[in-house]
Amino acid sequence: MEQDTRTLPDETRGNENETADALNKGQGGVSDYAVEMYDISKSFGPLKALDHVDLAVRKGTIHALLGENGAGKSTLMKILYGLYSKDAGEIRIMGEPCDIKNPKQAITHGIGMVHQHFMLVENMTIAENIVLGSEVTKSLGRLDRERMNRTIREFGEQYGLEVDPRQVIMDVSVATQQRVEILKALYRGADILILDEPTAVLTPQEIDNLIVTMHRLVEGGKTVIIITHKLKEIMASSEYCTIIRRGKVVDTVRVQDVTEKDLASMMVGREVMLTTEKDKASPGEVIMEINDLTVKDNRGIEKVKNLSLHIRRGEILAIAGVDGNGQTELIEAITGLRKSEQGEIIVNGQHIENGLPLDSHKSGIRTIHEDRHKRGLVLDFQVGENLILESYKEKRFQGRCGLLSWKKINDYANRQIDKYDIRPAGSALQRAKELSGGNQQKVIVARTVEQEPDLLLACQPTRGLDVGAIEYVRQALVQQRDQGRAVLLISYELDEVFDIADRINVVYNGQIVADLDPQTTDEQAVGLLMAGGSQ
Amino acid sequence: MRKFVIQALKKPFTAVMIAILIGFLVGAVTLALGGFDPGRGYSLLITGVTSNTRRMAQVLVNAVPIIMTGLAVSFAVRTGMFNIGADGQFIMGQVTGAILGYYVPMPAIIHPLFIMVCAFVVGGLYASFAAYLKNRFGIHEVISSIMLNWNAYYFMNFIVNMKSVKVPGSQHSPEIFDTAKITFFSREFRTTAEGEALLAKHPWLESVVRTDAGYAILVMIAVTLLLWVILKYTRIGFELRAVGYNYHAAEFAAMPVKRNALLSMFISGGTAALGGAMLVMSTSYFITMLGATEGYGWDGISVALIAGNHPIGCIFAGLLYSALKLGGTEIQSRMGAPTEIINIMIGALVLCIAFAPALPRLAERLERKE
Ligand SMILES: Nc1ncnc2c1ncn2[C@@H]1O[C@H](COP(=O)(O)OP(=O)(O)OP(=O)(O)O)[C@@H](O)[C@H]1O
Ligand SMILES: [Mg+2]
Repeated sequence: MEQDTRTLPDETRGNENETADALNKGQGGVSDYAVEMYDISKSFGPLKALDHVDLAVRKGTIHALLGENGAGKSTLMKILYGLYSKDAGEIRIMGEPCDIKNPKQAITHGIGMVHQHFMLVENMTIAENIVLGSEVTKSLGRLDRERMNRTIREFGEQYGLEVDPRQVIMDVSVATQQRVEILKALYRGADILILDEPTAVLTPQEIDNLIVTMHRLVEGGKTVIIITHKLKEIMASSEYCTIIRRGKVVDTVRVQDVTEKDLASMMVGREVMLTTEKDKASPGEVIMEINDLTVKDNRGIEKVKNLSLHIRRGEILAIAGVDGNGQTELIEAITGLRKSEQGEIIVNGQHIENGLPLDSHKSGIRTIHEDRHKRGLVLDFQVGENLILESYKEKRFQGRCGLLSWKKINDYANRQIDKYDIRPAGSALQRAKELSGGNQQKVIVARTVEQEPDLLLACQPTRGLDVGAIEYVRQALVQQRDQGRAVLLISYELDEVFDIADRINVVYNGQIVADLDPQTTDEQAVGLLMAGGSQ
Repeated sequence: MRKFVIQALKKPFTAVMIAILIGFLVGAVTLALGGFDPGRGYSLLITGVTSNTRRMAQVLVNAVPIIMTGLAVSFAVRTGMFNIGADGQFIMGQVTGAILGYYVPMPAIIHPLFIMVCAFVVGGLYASFAAYLKNRFGIHEVISSIMLNWNAYYFMNFIVNMKSVKVPGSQHSPEIFDTAKITFFSREFRTTAEGEALLAKHPWLESVVRTDAGYAILVMIAVTLLLWVILKYTRIGFELRAVGYNYHAAEFAAMPVKRNALLSMFISGGTAALGGAMLVMSTSYFITMLGATEGYGWDGISVALIAGNHPIGCIFAGLLYSALKLGGTEIQSRMGAPTEIINIMIGALVLCIAFAPALPRLAERLERKE
């Protein structure tokens, strides 16, 4: 069947809609397209992840892929990168039909990919990770570390992605890891760069830098395909945008012809609220109090310095700050993953500093961790098992003799899957690793919110979610607040902070430098404080 | 046809079957290279096992210890611990069985139960030590449990060698009391007139009377089911599996990860040691000075591997392994093929099965080539 498509002339497929027509204008002969994917289909068991998808990416452009969680964006790109095999369809790179069987072949075709989830070696340095496979050696094959480190530092600066090449991956934040991934792909000399949600954890500043970088790459003749859920970024960076819904292409549009709202409704198929509606908060008693807390990171550097804060029932407190200003260490100290040097953390009257995760749980805290694969999910567990990962001891999941009742568990799981719109529907028995990134996040959010904790620590809770799901999650957080519980939001995104926070604490260099009311301040002021400016 | 093979490769069960087939092919090549007729070899292997029910019963009896160590290893693996120390734990069970079976006289029925409980505890504690070292000092359990294997091995030789233990003029400990034995029929019974009469009346009992078949088989089945239920249906089992798959997430979900490492090793070590004690109580009746370990724990690793670490799979894997070994002795005695060749055959089989998980990926490759 695949043979048929291969003989079809280019035009019959390329001209399916106006935009593609526009793309074709004025040029003949050699293909104008860096990437052409025709009639791609891919099923996972009964699920049609991609259903006759066409994608044409013009050379030297930034082309965005937009779609709901589980729409098939990552799958399409993994096929292009040779990670998944396609069931049917044809791929051309620079006009040449080619059959990419594995990432190695993709790289030789000049395709580079930054994955949605990092694939770095945890105990190697940043430089080592980037050059992996093409090391700089001295005579006798000894690694020339100094030169390697210098090269990587300069390489990073050139793209506006500064890193310290000597740091070990284990010790750096998620955002830095993301940067390393991008550098790694660039270092391999990709002509066509696929970025699967590269900006999910970058700070606004870094995102701006990345967009500049992308433009610079494109001016240098490269082609960039970017998957992102952030409509703003698409507006700011891309020329074309292909919208995918449930495995089918909805449309390919010229970004300058549409608005954010158009994109959102094309993608979800309904009107989406881009801001969350909420009433004024009515804060109650203080639920958590942190006094004079000091925490060191793995390298012994003080990341949290004499930090104090408090949060009340019935309020959403956002900690706004640039990544790396102590947020990670603060959360680790609260959740019992890291010892503190001094200070106290009191939750519901209990001291939990220097405790275990169990102590944090007992005091009434539940956490949406920022690293969903390491801390949030057991990827080899079924979705159902992941949904009860913290509540498996409850009576309602037990049958006879206190044994687990899988029927009850799976019924419960399928209800949650419905409620939180985790896709595919009815996936209680599927392994969590088979879910798309956004749907994995929904599993964690569902699990955490359902436990109705007194204090919910939400670290980047909407990371990787589509606008529809973001709307839902933010409403869920506001609802927690309305029911008299507290939500501590850690976000690098000011949009999110301003959308739902009742109070903003700006963190800079391990300290809270300002306690603000979002009504009386604005993004600019907070942004300045985040960068170390004064009020 | 091609499509069919690819589909078959994708399913775990058929993948294992294909792996076994490949293993047998490699075995055949080995035999042929050694100058032996593979056809005859395999027919001997099969008839050696299936020619009479007594031999089949023997396969089952021989399988019990390696199923126990197989269970021990797979239980630990499922919970994230690589218990390479099953051999040492098994030996500790043997020592416990031999000592308590002789030095602590007790009434029948209670005696074996007492020994089993003690052996389980001894082996369990012995194995937990490796988990303790991991929790406390971050020493990997593979390293510590290999050391503990040697300790157990020398400990056994030391015990047997003690003046008060070693039977004069021999290299072994005294035989345990009859009260501690757990075969269905005693060895003496086979040769008594009463025994002969019973066999004459019920010839099918031959396989039970003339082998060491005993309650160990039932205990083994019970332990298998118990471990399976623990893993699948208990809250502790849920925690253990979560830790096994992702320590960090389990820790973050407030599961007691350190306690669970101890518990998992306790259960695993106890199971191995129970196997050792039951071997003493049903077959060997005493422990002997050894020049090298008998390797029940190592066989257990192979069994666990073949079984894909599933408790119930261990029963089938253990039976297969034991049948191969018994059939192998037939090839050895009838064709004069050296044991090494048989071991290579079994090794090839285990290796091929170890590769079985890679087969679905191979299938994916083949599919893309189309
Ligand atoms: N290995 C797999 N096995 C089974 N199903 C899979 C597998 N990989 C993806 N899927 C399914 O295919 C669908 C598309 O997944 P994909 O990862 O491409 O989504 P996505 O558009 O990238 O979503 P997100 O924005 O959440 O990352 C999902 O429903 C997912 O569950
Ligand atoms: Mg994705």
